[in-house]
Amino acid sequence: MNESAKKSTVAPNGLPMVDQPAWRQAFPIDWPQDHFVARRDFTKFLALTSLPFALVQVGIGLLNWFHRHRGQPTAKAIAPLADIPVGGVLAFAYPEAHDPCLLLRPNENTLLAFSQKCTHLGCAVTPELERNCFLCPCHKGYFALDSGRPLSGPPRRPLPRITLETRDGVLFATGVEVQHT
Amino acid sequence: MNRSLTREQMTTILQSILCLVLFVVLLQLWLLNATLTAWLGGDDSNLWSAAVASIVCCVANVGLLRYLKKSEPQMNTDEHR
Repeated sequence: MNESAKKSTVAPNGLPMVDQPAWRQAFPIDWPQDHFVARRDFTKFLALTSLPFALVQVGIGLLNWFHRHRGQPTAKAIAPLADIPVGGVLAFAYPEAHDPCLLLRPNENTLLAFSQKCTHLGCAVTPELERNCFLCPCHKGYFALDSGRPLSGPPRRPLPRITLETRDGVLFATGVEVQHT
Repeated sequence: MNRSLTREQMTTILQSILCLVLFVVLLQLWLLNATLTAWLGGDDSNLWSAAVASIVCCVANVGLLRYLKKSEPQMNTDEHR
């Protein structure tokens, strides 16, 4: 090791090389160079981390595109109209088995159906009939029972409405209407 | 780059690039979080603009990495050895 290398090589404890233990004197390390290499490798790692981030963003976009181009779901029978009590609530799944929805019959002639997934982070909303609203218990989000519009809490978008149709006394879900604020 | 850089200069450049890359990665993380939150909530209006922004960030990071790789051979390691 020449003189200039000795100057640039500083051990982690900051002491000169003559005061270092024998093993460090026997195997000196160029610490500034070591730090440089460590930081360079960390920079490379960070820069490569940004590639998966970008890929995930594009993946979300593609997934959404496929969802949109699936088309309107087919009609699905919920229950015979006579079996739905006035003032009652019925849970059903539409359009897929993992899409929970709620059907409400506030009076004899009114039928309302909404997706049960909160528009904030997807928790299941529960109807609070006496307060005339849906409650999302995760973050205390409230939605109007008659329209699904957000009343308070973190949600900013209304609950998707399920369009309904009665065919020969049987209630059918015919589509999902995504509402915008 | 024609003139050679000392190790101290190169370390300063590296640290600046590290800060920039870190900032850009954090920006991408925030972007992903915001996009996922909006998408899971049913808002898909900004998905593609967020994806383009993330790609731009990725390209910027790769550019910085390339610049670092290009600059490193210019470092005059003999100066301190």
